[in-house]
Amino acid sequence: MKETELPQFAKDIRLAALRMISRSNSSHVGTVFSCTELLACLYGRILRVRPDEPDWPGRDRFVMSKGHGAAGLYAALALRGFFPRQRLDEFCVDGGTLYGHVTHRGVPGVDVSTGALGHGLAIAVGLAAGAQREAEPWRVFVLLSDGECDEGSTWEAALLAPAWKQSNLTAVIDYNKIQSLGRVDDVVPLEPFAAKWKAFGWDTREVDGHDIPAVLDALDPERWVPTDRPRCIIAHTVKGKGVSFMQDDLLWHYRTPKGEEYERALAELERPI
Amino acid sequence: MRTAFVRSLMDVASLDPRVVLLTGDLGFAVLDEFRAKYPDRFYNVGVAEQNLAGVAAGLALAGNVVFTYSIGNFPTLRCLEQVRNDICYHNANVKIVTVGGGLAYGSLGVSHFAIEDLAILRALPNITVVAPGDPVEVTSLVPQIVEREGPAYLRLGRAGEKVVHDAGAQITLGHPARVRAGSGVLLLTTGGMLPVALDAAERLEHEGLDVEVVSVHTLKPLDAERICALAARFPVVVTCEEHSAIGGLGGAVAEVLIEAGIAPTFRRFALARDFPEGVGSQTYLRTANALDAPALCELVLSLTAVRTARSPQPRVAARRSG
Repeated sequence: MKETELPQFAKDIRLAALRMISRSNSSHVGTVFSCTELLACLYGRILRVRPDEPDWPGRDRFVMSKGHGAAGLYAALALRGFFPRQRLDEFCVDGGTLYGHVTHRGVPGVDVSTGALGHGLAIAVGLAAGAQREAEPWRVFVLLSDGECDEGSTWEAALLAPAWKQSNLTAVIDYNKIQSLGRVDDVVPLEPFAAKWKAFGWDTREVDGHDIPAVLDALDPERWVPTDRPRCIIAHTVKGKGVSFMQDDLLWHYRTPKGEEYERALAELERPI
Repeated sequence: MRTAFVRSLMDVASLDPRVVLLTGDLGFAVLDEFRAKYPDRFYNVGVAEQNLAGVAAGLALAGNVVFTYSIGNFPTLRCLEQVRNDICYHNANVKIVTVGGGLAYGSLGVSHFAIEDLAILRALPNITVVAPGDPVEVTSLVPQIVEREGPAYLRLGRAGEKVVHDAGAQITLGHPARVRAGSGVLLLTTGGMLPVALDAAERLEHEGLDVEVVSVHTLKPLDAERICALAARFPVVVTCEEHSAIGGLGGAVAEVLIEAGIAPTFRRFALARDFPEGVGSQTYLRTANALDAPALCELVLSLTAVRTARSPQPRVAARRSG
């Protein structure tokens, strides 16, 4: 996919996810919209994957540690051709096949199931160790939420990756500044956030997580000064990005867009880029 | 058992280059041989068991057979959700190995008593749960655990356990191993209680009881058919385990017997108190908590006496008089 096609890919992910969440009366639309550009860049340009051969041994591994963003991941996978788009209708409905948190079971393109927060980074470190062991050229990317940086297990893994010199590992944090019960700054402040990752031994950058060229630049390991350290990208994002009445509002961690709200969201997202 | 495990691990590692070992900063001296021979297959994640389980899952998903090694509760209960979601749900090839099963770390205290692990791990999907009864069982079962794809839990004692089986004994994963034949009372044991059960069986012979002892080293999958066929031959069945009376071998056996409609006189010889009492060695704690051979004999005798009183011609009583 060309870089110029990424805004449309992101738009399509948002539209698909909005529809999936609305028709299944489910939640987490805000968290999907905050990481949409990150997913679009990963699946559009960065990840070396083969939709027609999802288990290709040389594929890059992606771990969606913030498993509640499942609708966005499934949409990206379907739009990239890992499975038919119609299957997105099987999200969170009776008799469906796609859970509301990321599952690998029967879903082509998903290697790692998540849903309990704070698990993904450790699994990514294990995968990266596997790649190091085989001197495989494949790389590991993991997408975390800011809220799951409250989990001690995240920091156990954050300590380990630099110790094991995992330059094949990139962690991206969807820093939308809102967690389950309020603003990160009010619940358990993470700042100085970048300094923490740097202090733990990660090459760390901050980017606007909705600025596609900036995100692409940060996600591509070859555009960093080579070191033996893992990379951390703190992506400043907006929860509910793309829909005016959802933006930066905790409510849309939970609320299902229905009826007039659904129509308004759809209209805003369908505007020409 | 610990020594037998390390020997077996060295053997499987020499045959299978996928085998790697992760420790949570434990195994002083014990793991040195592996570390020296396979430095690139030895990983210490530090004192971080959630990481241990998650990293193990990732390494397994990358195609390795991953052993994790730590003390009883640490790589199991401490990181139970990682074991469930990251290892079991992915059917990841992770073999969780613990030392100190039961009261083996007697003097170290309640934190180090692994006495609910079998019940808890047994409840998880996809995992094979193994508690060998002696070093020969460890040696036999480690390669079979590697051959069997998917997660396993291997619960070891400590060091210096008595060898019960002949060195060449054929021990098969999933199949209970008869150690002593008998006809009056059936003792089903798991883990380090095997020598205790055998000791009790010898003592009971002097009381005229003919006791069969079977090591149920594989708790999951439990060979329900074999357990039922065995139990149906005995008027008295007692399960023996250095574990809580809730949900371990006793619970597992009771589940399959009652569903099959087999109803011998049945008791669980296990830790009855919520937390064991006393400070001291494993041997001391077993005695203090009524988990030694004399206590087992007392239990069995009380059960056979009950049967004698209830039944005009009980098989046990007939054997005793004969």
